[in-house]
Amino acid sequence: MRRKAVLLAPALLSGCAGWQSTLDPHSNQAAHLSDLFWFFTIVCGIVWVLVAAALIINLARRRSGDDTPEEDTPSQTRRKSWIVASLVALTAVVLTVFTFASFYTTRGFTWADTHAITIKVTGQQWWWQIEYQNEDPAQLFSTANEIHIPVGRPVTLQLEAADVIHSFWVPNLMGKQDMIPGRKNLLTLQADRPGLYRGQCAEFCGLEHAKMAILVFAEPQEKFEAWRRHEIEAAAVPGAPQRVKGMQLFVQGPCAVCHTVNGTDAGGHTAPDLTHFGGRATIAAGLLHNTPENLAHWLADPQGLKPGSNMPKIDLSQSDRTALVAYLEGLK
Amino acid sequence: MSDTQNPVLDNELPEQTLRERLAQIWGTSPTLWGWMTTVDHKLIGKRYIITALVFLMLGGLSALTMRLQLGSPDNKLVGPDLYNQLFTMHGSTMMFLFAVPVMETIGVYLVPLMIGTRAVAFPRLNAFSYWVYLFGGAMLWIAFFVNSGPDAGWFSYVPLAGPQYGIGKRSDIWAQMITYTELSGLAVAVTNIVTIFKMRAPGMTLDRIPLFVWASLVTSFMIVFAMPAVMVSSTMLILDRLVGTHFFNWAEGGDALLWQHLFWFFGHPEVYFIFIPATGIVSAIVPTFSRRKIFGYPALVLSLFAIGFLAFGLWVHHMFVTGLPRLGESFFTASSMAVAIPSGIQIFCWIATLWDGKLRFNTPLLFVFGFIINFVLGGLTGVMVASVPIDTQVHDTYFVVAHFHYVLVGGAVFPLLGGIYYWFPKFYGRMLSDTLGKWNFWLAMAGFNLTFFPMHILGMMGMPRRIYTYPAEMGWGGMNLSATLGAFLFFASFLLLAFNIARSLRQGKVAGDNPWAAGTLEWATASPPLPQNFTYIPMVTDSEPLWATPEPSVITGLRADRREVLVSTLVDAEPDMLEGSQLASIWPFISALTISITLLGSIFTPWAVVWGAIPIAVPLIAWFWPKGTKEEES
Repeated sequence: MRRKAVLLAPALLSGCAGWQSTLDPHSNQAAHLSDLFWFFTIVCGIVWVLVAAALIINLARRRSGDDTPEEDTPSQTRRKSWIVASLVALTAVVLTVFTFASFYTTRGFTWADTHAITIKVTGQQWWWQIEYQNEDPAQLFSTANEIHIPVGRPVTLQLEAADVIHSFWVPNLMGKQDMIPGRKNLLTLQADRPGLYRGQCAEFCGLEHAKMAILVFAEPQEKFEAWRRHEIEAAAVPGAPQRVKGMQLFVQGPCAVCHTVNGTDAGGHTAPDLTHFGGRATIAAGLLHNTPENLAHWLADPQGLKPGSNMPKIDLSQSDRTALVAYLEGLK
Repeated sequence: MSDTQNPVLDNELPEQTLRERLAQIWGTSPTLWGWMTTVDHKLIGKRYIITALVFLMLGGLSALTMRLQLGSPDNKLVGPDLYNQLFTMHGSTMMFLFAVPVMETIGVYLVPLMIGTRAVAFPRLNAFSYWVYLFGGAMLWIAFFVNSGPDAGWFSYVPLAGPQYGIGKRSDIWAQMITYTELSGLAVAVTNIVTIFKMRAPGMTLDRIPLFVWASLVTSFMIVFAMPAVMVSSTMLILDRLVGTHFFNWAEGGDALLWQHLFWFFGHPEVYFIFIPATGIVSAIVPTFSRRKIFGYPALVLSLFAIGFLAFGLWVHHMFVTGLPRLGESFFTASSMAVAIPSGIQIFCWIATLWDGKLRFNTPLLFVFGFIINFVLGGLTGVMVASVPIDTQVHDTYFVVAHFHYVLVGGAVFPLLGGIYYWFPKFYGRMLSDTLGKWNFWLAMAGFNLTFFPMHILGMMGMPRRIYTYPAEMGWGGMNLSATLGAFLFFASFLLLAFNIARSLRQGKVAGDNPWAAGTLEWATASPPLPQNFTYIPMVTDSEPLWATPEPSVITGLRADRREVLVSTLVDAEPDMLEGSQLASIWPFISALTISITLLGSIFTPWAVVWGAIPIAVPLIAWFWPKGTKEEES
């Protein structure tokens, strides 16, 4: 089941241009936002056409004559004042309608739901730390750069930042919300259809702001639950000799300083949790599809692929790298 | 030069002699010394405008480089480090070094001519402001060329620009550049306000002040009220970085959002510093090219004031997604939308003037038409981003990039280009080619729209701002390519303008005093104007004085043997007193130099402020040293 989602991802990545678009809403909230956008666009479009038409009619009315300057007669002034005043009044009416339409659209977005799943999302330079909250400490788990949510259930995102300001934005589901160091912002999401949605950091956050993507998998309840239960589990102990070698390299080498793999001694906290890395769709916050070839490429040249990122280049022999890739890709 | 016992008055001399005498008294010697010491508002104004246009070119080139990088997906032309510097330089240059200075200082050149006086109120302060501006701008660009260009955006959000994440001296350079430009901006604003209040020609009552001058006045007041906010915030940023204060460090009780409030409290009015003078240009062009007095003069003046006031109540619409309380945000939605009302009044009044006019389709009027078409579109998308829910989707996307380029380029650069075609003959005595001007207009119109219209759609399709590249699978490539091609067309239109100017300076048709048969006072004097602007101070009897009386009556009684200006009353512009006007001086230049060096030094050590105080004090004391003349003679 998990495999399918991962296989599906590249297909979606290449096929559908609307998976990070405000124009293709897949939630009630995004649909309201999109409706409001089109309402504004149509009204504003009409206003623009009217102004342009006034200018064009002006051209048609173009009168010739000598250079003698003229002035409006009192009756012309009266007529024009009346027209201008009516247009101003009309403008005020339109703006009032716009203001109230905006107010009521936003008001519908805040709702408290005790059944909501709470996920803490922390923006970091340049990846997303995801921590699923739970009252039962045994149910806590963390992952990175992708969120799974059940369809039709509200999800509360607790948005924070570890270093500079970032902004969480998955346009098909909801408008954006900033993540500010020292503050906690809340955003409620609810996907109405299963699907895979892409988001991207929307507040300029430094060198690799362009390469900080996030994926949201909206799944049926039972599939989500299965995923959640699996994520809570520690990483499976590798059996194949090559993967055992990979694990030793990982745990005893520099990887473990920053990364965590539950069930091993690797417990670093400054970089993404890799416990179930093999099940994720992308590497390095949407930079590459998660394939063994791409992972090997990433390990060999992180600074070439994502200059400035905190992932250092580690010197490894070809066979060590292959072992490491085998280990990591096996962390389903 | 003057003999206080036996003053020579202007009515004692024949006109020819008087003109030559005054030209000599007010003139600037054509030497390097004369060039560095002059306090003539026309020379300084021209200098400012030309410098600002050079910065426009630099800002444009940085934009072209970015467009080349974004023209295709996964492009490797420019890396993230350079790209971030480029967009920071582009924004900072266009806002602080091009748009605000050029709009303010067209006023430095034109306002005294339009209100019928011989100088600005504080000529030396004015001269000083130019040097500070030049040094600040040069510092920014030299830093860029040695790979120390700021890279945290023209808005320099903390903590990214703060001590922990802003590497090297980059953000210090940015913050100090703010200090330079604010210093010069405030100096010009104060000068402008006093000039307009106290130096109008007799008879130029409040209802006869040209709309361009009103616009300049409102802008100057806005600068006085808004700039302190950014001076405070940029100083706090420097202190955080230089001496370890924690204004913006949340871990030590500071606040990252405080920066945003302070910056946008200035930053939003700043948009109107640029836009309001542009409306003044439009209000000058429309009557001349429709051969008709402007419709709704009082409404237009009140609109300027309304925009000026409202501009200070909108800043939060830059922060709708930071998590502020909903009700407060709705208030800012309402106030942001309310700006559309005075802006709408202006548009309606211009169209009402054109409606019955005898339109003359010279280049300036074409640019006004282009302005209305583009600006209205930008204004309407402005109404859209003022809505909190819509903003949560479009904020920090290319939709916003499109929006503010329609407002700033459509709303200010188009009128500015129209204004260049309109006033060039006054500045240089020769006409720009109208044929080339029309090509210029259509090229600009096509290039601009091809560049920026697709960006609306890109934003809706999810493309965020300030990204140096994007994957091909996002499907943004085609429209980005269009934007890149458009950017080159748009740039070409400026090259055409440069060619037109270079050509016309030598071969343009000689303009004469009033080539457009316009109605305001700047057209009553020679083209280019004499050093004294007016040999006799005109009497004003109408809002379009030259249309009411092509040869306005004049007042006499000013001294012909020294620099003297007429001071008039604030409301009715009745002659109040005669006052001397400052002579050329080297001290403004030297003060600007020492202040600039001190500010630059303070980027590296706080002690620069202490030791720099001495070289700053010396020229300031020399500048203000009492000359021993009595107050009424000074």
